[in-house]
This record gives sequence, C-alpha cells and structure tokens, in this order.
Amino acid sequence: MAQAETLFDASELTVSMGPQHPSTHGVLQVKLKLDGERVLDAECVIGYLHRGVEKLGEVQTYGQFVPTLDRMDYIAAVSNCLGYCETIEKLLGVTAPPRAQYIRLIMTELNRITSHLLWLGTHAIDLGAITTFLYCFREREEILKIFENYCGARLTTHMFRIGGTQYELYEGFQDQVRKFIQDFPKKVDEYETLLTENRIWLDRTKDVGIISGKDAIDMGLTGPSLRGSGVQWDLRKAKPYCIYSEFDFDIPVGEVGDTYDRYLVRMEEMRQSARIVSQAIDKIPDGPIMAKMSKIIKPPVGDIYHSIESPKGELGYYIVSDGSTAAYRARVRPPSYVNLQSLKKMVVGHMVADVVAVIGTLDIVLGEIDR
Amino acid sequence: MDFAIDNIIIPLIKIGIVFGVLSGVVALMTLAERKVAAFIQVRLGPMRVGPHGILQPLADGVKLMLKEDILPAKADKWIFTLAPIIALVPAFIVFAVIPFGPSLELFGKTIPLRITDLNIGLLYVLSISSVGILGIILGGWASNSKYPLMGALRSAAQMVSYEVALGFSIMGVLMIAGSLSLVDIVNKQKEFGWWFVFLQPLGFILFFVCGIAETNRAPFDLPEAESELVAGFHTEYSGFRFSLYFLAEYANMIAVSAMAVTLFFGGWLRPFANYPLPGFLAFLDAPLMGLVWFGIKVAIFLYCYLWFRWTWPRYRYDQLMKIGWQWLLPLALANLVVTAGIVLLFIRKG
Repeated sequence: MAQAETLFDASELTVSMGPQHPSTHGVLQVKLKLDGERVLDAECVIGYLHRGVEKLGEVQTYGQFVPTLDRMDYIAAVSNCLGYCETIEKLLGVTAPPRAQYIRLIMTELNRITSHLLWLGTHAIDLGAITTFLYCFREREEILKIFENYCGARLTTHMFRIGGTQYELYEGFQDQVRKFIQDFPKKVDEYETLLTENRIWLDRTKDVGIISGKDAIDMGLTGPSLRGSGVQWDLRKAKPYCIYSEFDFDIPVGEVGDTYDRYLVRMEEMRQSARIVSQAIDKIPDGPIMAKMSKIIKPPVGDIYHSIESPKGELGYYIVSDGSTAAYRARVRPPSYVNLQSLKKMVVGHMVADVVAVIGTLDIVLGEIDR
Repeated sequence: MDFAIDNIIIPLIKIGIVFGVLSGVVALMTLAERKVAAFIQVRLGPMRVGPHGILQPLADGVKLMLKEDILPAKADKWIFTLAPIIALVPAFIVFAVIPFGPSLELFGKTIPLRITDLNIGLLYVLSISSVGILGIILGGWASNSKYPLMGALRSAAQMVSYEVALGFSIMGVLMIAGSLSLVDIVNKQKEFGWWFVFLQPLGFILFFVCGIAETNRAPFDLPEAESELVAGFHTEYSGFRFSLYFLAEYANMIAVSAMAVTLFFGGWLRPFANYPLPGFLAFLDAPLMGLVWFGIKVAIFLYCYLWFRWTWPRYRYDQLMKIGWQWLLPLALANLVVTAGIVLLFIRKG
C-alpha cells in the first residue's frame, strides 16, 4: 500500500503543517521535509489571508486608508496607524502638535505591551505552559479597557488621524494608566518566575532556532528577533520618530540568537515600555490635538519611505503620491513577512516540535504577512 | 455457608465498593482537573451544572454516551472497540491488591480493608500496568491512520522506557521491606516507625516522576498534546470509546498515586502511627480512619498531578526519552546499589 510505503520509507517524509493548525498563529502553511523527526527542509506557503490591502490603498483616500491598515497587524494596530500617519504627515510637511504626540507615544507603547503579552501567552501555550496564556490575557484586558475607553475599540483601534489624534483624552485616563503601570512590573516578574529559570522551558528554548547576527542582518530581520542575535538596532533610538528622543529607555539585546534570548529580549522590552509610559504619563502637555491642515488631503507629487519600530520589527510605508486624494502606490514593508524568511534557516536540523517553538519566537502575524 | 460468606460474598461486596468508589473518584477527577486548572488560571471553571459545577461529571457522562458513534471506515472494528477496554481494565484491577486500611471487626468477623493480599502484590501491580500499554498501541493501530499510529508508537515507547526506571526505583523499598506483598510493606512501615519516603527519598522522587511519564501526563504529555503535529493515539476516537480512554488515564493516575502512598507514605497509617494519642483524639486510630488517611494522601498526590500539568511546559520527545534512559535509570540503579549496601550492613546485619 502506498500509505505503508511512505510510513516505513527510510528516506524523507513530506508533511504539511497547517494552514489549519493550533500553533501556526494564523493561516500559515509550512511544508516540512522530515527524516524521522529531523527537519530537512521547511517551505512556507503564505497568502491564505491576502485581502488586497495595498490595492485598497490606491482606491481609498488617505484618510479612509488608515482603518484598513489596522487590519494588517491586528495585534499591534496602533503601531500600524502611527507609522502611516507619520508617513503622510512627512509627505505633507505637517507635524502633529505635542499633545497629540504624547498621546500617540503612550498608546503605542501600551500597544507594544499588549503585543508582547499576546506573544508570550501564545508562545508559552504552544510549548505546554498553558497557565501563562491566561495570566498574560488578564493584563492585556486592562490595557484593552483603556483603549476602549479612549477610542471605543479594543483591537482595531484607528486611534490616530493624519495630523494628530481625533479623540481627546477621557477623564481618568492618567489615573487608569498610572495604576496599570504601577502593577505591571510585578506581573512581568510573575511570568519570569514561571518560565525564565524553569528547566523545561530552558530545555525547549535554549539553542533552538539560532541565527547569527550577520545572518539576521543579511536576511533583513528586524525587531526583537534581530536584537536577540546581539545586534543593537532599534528605530526608536537609531532613527528617532515621534518624541522618543525625549525619553529615557534601554534597548535589550541578546547574545546567542536562540529562542531563549529572544524571549528575554521581549520580556525586558515590556518593562522598558512600561518605563517610557510612566515617564510620559506625567508630562502630557496641553494644547490642540490636531494640526492645522486642510480637510482634504492632497499631498504634493512625490514619494516617501518612513518606518517605525513596531512590536514585530521595522514597519515601513512607501507611499507614492500623484497629487490626487488617493495614493498612486501604497506599499507596506511588514516586519513579519521579512522575518518569516529566516524560518527555514532556524528550523533545519531541529526536531518537528522545535518548528512550533521557532514560529512562536518569530512573533508573526499573518494579517501583516499576507495583507 | 461460612465458606460462601467468607470467600464469595464478602469479597464481592468489597469489589463492588472499591469499583464504585474508584469510578466516583475518576468522575470527580474530571471535575477537579477543570476546577484546579481554572483556579490556577485566575478563573472559576465549571459553575453552572449544580452548585459550583459539582454535577459537571454527570453532564459530561451523559453527553459522551449520547454522542454519535463514529467508526472510521477503514478501521478494524473489533480491535477499535476493544483497545480502550484493554487500556481501562488494568487500571482498575490494580486496586485488587492495594491495602486501604487495617482490619475491621464486624459481626464477629475480622475483615481486612483490602480486596486481597497477594504475596507477590508488587509484581502483580507492575505486570498489570504493563498490559495497559497494549491498549494504547492497539488503539493507534486499529485507527488505520498515519498520525494516530505514530502517536501510539511514541506513547508506547515512552511508557515502556519509564517502566524500566519505575521498576528499579521501587526495588529499594522491596529490599528494606523484604517482601513483595503490599500489606507487608505497609506493616513494615508501621514497625519501623518511619515511612519509607524518609529511607528512600530518591526512590520516591524517581517513582513519582516515572509515574507521571507512565500516565502520559505533563510535562511528559507530548504524544497527546494538541499543539503537535501528531495528534495522538486517540485522534479517531469520539463519544463513549474516547471516554473510556479518558477514564483509563485518570484511573492510572489514581493507581500511581495509590502506589506511591502505599510504598512510600505509609498507606493507611496515620502520621506518627507509633505514638499514642490523648483520649479525645483516639478516634484517629480507628480502623475506618485508615481509609481516611489513605484518601487524604492520595488526594494530595492527585493534586500534585494537576498542579504540574497546569504549571509547567512540556518536554520535547527526544528530551523525554533522554531523561528516562540517561538520567532516571542510572539514578535508579545507583539508588539500588546504595540501598543494597545499607540494608546488608545495617538492617540484615550481614
């Protein structure tokens, strides 16, 4: 029987992991060539979530396009919004007023925390530590309540507008955020107690999915995956945008470039984000929240590339304007798409169970990869 | 007539009681798993069916009975149905030799609180639990599908490996007690005044770790974890047949806990059994209290099972096998050698 032959065949077995699979974080298909349990080759098949976002960018006006972009990296929607708004503002030569910038910074950093909490929860649950998932979601819930109070939505928030923000801060915002930031570092300690020194966690993540700094740069890896390999590159410090240069924070960097280092980097990033928010929340200036600009956005003919540090990596926007109300070309550089390239390099030679760990550690969002 | 009562009726009553209580505890474990998991995860668990969800096992049982009976088209019909039974029965019949308490005086008869006392009790337990593995292999085989078969083979390989270390880890107890009979082992612990866990701490740790691996529980539950490529031997099972596998797993957990209590924690003995109690606490020495002490200790072990599952991540399969063969077995052998030396020199006096 053909089935029996493939089962007991001594050479390779081709297995498809996904697109429906509990651990591929969305609709990702990974075609694995296995020799017993060792992975010989891994090929990613994407496109299951393609919705034509970039085409919509050519049809919708600049303002209409902003909420569409929320749906790309739906975990870190605020970052998507920030990146695009800043890009168009650059094209128009407009700067958002200071109050709006502070609001943007606080919300973006809170969103970084929610994104990393989700990453931690799903990564842990893939490796069997189910309880961590629920603890992370408990904290996430607090931030999502803040988002909901601010703009009415929890996930796809559409918080900012080109030129500033639409909504004024609600009463009690500062208290709610302060209370969260006060409790948060203790919660991160809780997760670390469960995982960081745990023998089983160490065995599952140390020396799994190693990528060297040089390979990471060659492949265009960005974000915590790059910093885990020892490369100190964070756009918030290297090419400051928004008002990041006014705040005091560190960029955690790993050493070996394995899953454990990436885990430590992201845990520390959560703490640093909390640090930034605690500095910013006391200093929010008064003033307008929207820059003085025309209601109809018609940027001059030209093109621009602007990128920000989203929780996943470098999120870039390349907008070509032909002078009309809609972009001629709206190209997104999704960090997860570029990061996913390194999956093959990280996974070949490891066991099947490690594929799950590596997909988790890359922190990919299919909405962003497929657009 | 006396013969009939002593050798047929009383044992049948005992079997009925043990079977009933065991089934009840297994059902309760399904609820306990969900409640303990929930409390660890900052939530409440089943709350609707009965006060605080206490009737949830009943609802689950009814549901599983009423589910559509699916038999995969290419599956081997008889073995497919037989496999879960082969997994379940050994888990239950292990309890035939476990002493639940001392002897009870009732209606002029001395009734020992156990079903039977085999003079090779320990050997019986080890060999019966090996039969359970067959149920898993057959389940994977009878499903006639690639992934259940691979999952079943992985499960079986894991269980067989850890059985070796399990067997060696209890030999220390065997040497100190000098008998394979579980009743003798408990009585020896009373004689010595010390539970064997204090004399064989390493043996106990090895036993419990191997026991967790035997029952395919976290952190050794890769063969049945949902996030892996191979979904495990019970992929094709649903409804009543699946519930049999499920019950077999919990019954095995209770069996391992009961063995750990009997071998290392004094079985039905109360703590400090050799020290008399003041008059008002004398009821704690009553024969029926033996059942309570046994129950409390087993409950603690069952809680540990649940605690571990919901706290720790899980091991990768090759790491799992490595631990069994490269760590636990050598440690068990070392424990055996050291214990043998000490027993020879101090207990048996040459």
